[in-house]
Amino acid sequence: MKPFKDLERAIDEITEIATGFGLDFYPMRYEICPADIIYTFGAYGMPTRFTHWSFGKQFHKMKLQYDLGLSQIYELVINSNPCYAFLLNTNSLIQNKLIVAHVLAHCDFFKNNVHFSNTRRDMVESMTATAERIAQYEMVHGKEEVERFLDAVLAIQEHIDPSLMKNIDLLDEEEEENEVKVITPYDDLWALDRRTIQPRTKSPKRKRIPPAPEKDLLLFILQYSDELEEWQRDILTMLREEMLYFWPQLSTKIMNEGWATFWHQRIMRELDLDSDETIEFATLNANVIQPSKTSINPYHLGLKIFEDIEKRFDHPTEEMKELGIQPNSGREKIFQVREMDSDISFIRNFLTKDLMKQEDLYIFQKSGNEYKITDKQYEAVRDQIVANRVNGGFPYIVVQDGDYVRNGELYLVHRYEGLELDFQYLENVLPYIHQLWGRIVHLETYVDDKQLVFSYDGKKIHRRYA
Amino acid sequence: MDENQKSYVVSQENWTLHRKGHTDQQRHLDKVKEAIRNNLPDLISEESIILSDGRKTVKIPIRSLDEYKIRYNHEKGKHVGQGDGESKVGDVVAKDGKKGGAGTGKQAGDQPGTDYYEAEISVAELEEALFSELELPAMEPKEQADVTVDTIVFNDIRKKGLIGNIDKKRTLLTAIKRNAMKGSAAIAPIHQDDLRFKTWNEIQKPHSKAVVLMMMDTSASMGKFEKYVARSFFFWMTRFLRTKYEQVELEFIAHHTEAKVVTEEEFFTKGEGGGTICSTAYAKALQLIRAKYPPARYNIYPFHFSDGENMSSDNTKCVQLVDELMAVSNLFGYGEINTHSRYSTLMNSYEKINNPKFQHYVVKEQADVYFALKRFFKKREEGSE
Repeated sequence: MKPFKDLERAIDEITEIATGFGLDFYPMRYEICPADIIYTFGAYGMPTRFTHWSFGKQFHKMKLQYDLGLSQIYELVINSNPCYAFLLNTNSLIQNKLIVAHVLAHCDFFKNNVHFSNTRRDMVESMTATAERIAQYEMVHGKEEVERFLDAVLAIQEHIDPSLMKNIDLLDEEEEENEVKVITPYDDLWALDRRTIQPRTKSPKRKRIPPAPEKDLLLFILQYSDELEEWQRDILTMLREEMLYFWPQLSTKIMNEGWATFWHQRIMRELDLDSDETIEFATLNANVIQPSKTSINPYHLGLKIFEDIEKRFDHPTEEMKELGIQPNSGREKIFQVREMDSDISFIRNFLTKDLMKQEDLYIFQKSGNEYKITDKQYEAVRDQIVANRVNGGFPYIVVQDGDYVRNGELYLVHRYEGLELDFQYLENVLPYIHQLWGRIVHLETYVDDKQLVFSYDGKKIHRRYA
Repeated sequence: MDENQKSYVVSQENWTLHRKGHTDQQRHLDKVKEAIRNNLPDLISEESIILSDGRKTVKIPIRSLDEYKIRYNHEKGKHVGQGDGESKVGDVVAKDGKKGGAGTGKQAGDQPGTDYYEAEISVAELEEALFSELELPAMEPKEQADVTVDTIVFNDIRKKGLIGNIDKKRTLLTAIKRNAMKGSAAIAPIHQDDLRFKTWNEIQKPHSKAVVLMMMDTSASMGKFEKYVARSFFFWMTRFLRTKYEQVELEFIAHHTEAKVVTEEEFFTKGEGGGTICSTAYAKALQLIRAKYPPARYNIYPFHFSDGENMSSDNTKCVQLVDELMAVSNLFGYGEINTHSRYSTLMNSYEKINNPKFQHYVVKEQADVYFALKRFFKKREEGSE
């Protein structure tokens, strides 16, 4: 007996169409769940994630909106192999068709986009293990204690270094220069001799920690903090791992949603829908791509850019032809883009002036009690979208010195690029970093283009203009 | 891939035991409750509660439950939005909604701005947190005549009873236990002896009455702040007493150089000029008690709020009348709203009163209302009755 006969028939058809279009995805697991489960997954980001009150808060908020009919999660898909997709048990068949088409494209993106190439495809299992270990620590060290630690780590969880290729460590080279090669136990005597001839003028160079500014705050604390116990290091490692897994999703939001929307539209067009179904689909689709006056709807913008790329490369201008672009190469081009780009390069390279005009994008800013449009220039708007997407939309913080004033104090620098920090929030985060580091924590940033250093010594926040 | 083998699986699991979201939500709610307890002094003097009809829920920003991150200042930043094709520089795309706030409810999309966490608290929840810290002072037993009420409570289990009241669960448990002792833990057979019945008891609750005599100085020196403090205090005290007594009556006595009984509205809104003679209020209170509230039947709570600037010649008389009032009441409370850090002359005289029924507190700021309540209704070691 087949309980989901209609659904399975639809999935068969959609999978076939998607494969025909060239989408390349992992084997799929479709799970049908009740609303509170879908919203649990939505809030936690993963069904098997560890427990924390902040997820509960998020879950409650999402569930409330659903209960009030204000929002609905249409799709929930997990980057894993096999790929899990969750369907709400109250979905109509047409809703499920749209979601299946949508998640197949997401899965294609996870599998083929280069930014996802380092993500663990067994994260579902890995997070289960993490959750179990954290639960174990709760038993040993007490719920309160573990929660206090999780609160601190979650406050800075985004400050990792997700780059695909690591910088070569400068530390080793530097050390070698000053090193005297020891071959026999008496060789250092020669060095004494040399010292009389060439007395050192400079005091021995202080070993810098870190040798170069370190973006990965979590990793730095993990390696150098004296404060942490073994179980805390373990949790820190696991949470960093989770953020590394989530990071590509943060940095390809517009592309990923655009890609999925682009393909669910194409696939749905191929299906044989009757008029009621067509109207239901059109309504759903319109809801998804509804643009917003006060934010970027990634479904909408991503979709429009992919459609625009396809159109432009199908019908290249003379100029483009001179660059060797063949007519009707649109399909090939968008597959190439989905493989190589992330949101930043996607916007910078493919949001054209014409498209921006058509989409009526603008910059707005707060003045007084109102938010007003301040700029509609092409370059300005494009660069603003890019700026807002840099580092996943989080401020870029680096560790400048882990032994500040030779007192083991932590000196962080905000790489200021015109956007100021929320100081009230910052003053609440510094105590968390202090909790993890165990000594005074400083953070250097700018306000009104003046340098400002925040410090927290375990009791009070100090602000000091440089 | 094998043509005959499907590349996907559809499944529907039983998720009923997956309660993670709910348990973490509960943990969050516990934290909210904890935050409420920690912020009680501020919360209970919150204007929106005191001035509401007392039934609504109120929204209160709870900072300690934000998930703090290093983030950009939204107010100063630039954002990108999308128009309908005709947007111009200078168009207003959104307004800062102080009211209608960026709390729960609306979608995040149409409300740029800070999203601090607003907890919705019902007055009942606040009461629960607050009243758990308060207790009534020793009550004296009042006249028995009309102070009993019979209530029936099903709270007993017996072996004999009406068959309609049979307690199935306990009957089965007894049968299983007895059978287990004989070797096999089975339900059958059930013996006559195993039957258990729910039975009721009649309980007698004292039908208690209380009256609160609220006295307030309405002389020129009592400003808006002073009145608000008195009002918040009376608001919570009345609610607290209502949880303890079947019936709580209120009397309002306003005084300056003379005292009169007024309505609640007049009491809190009308200000009158002139000097202050507190003893007039006490005399009025005694007069009311004699006329309407015999101490044999009522628990009497006279409370007096003043800024303490009494005519000094009147102070001795005040002490004397307070003594008389204490003889007939459960508790006499004197709250002085005094933002200076010195005692008033009236307070100096009251300092000498040494009677556990006399409680006083100096309110310096709004949040002190909470501490005044705690002083007047502090938990005692002996217990309340």
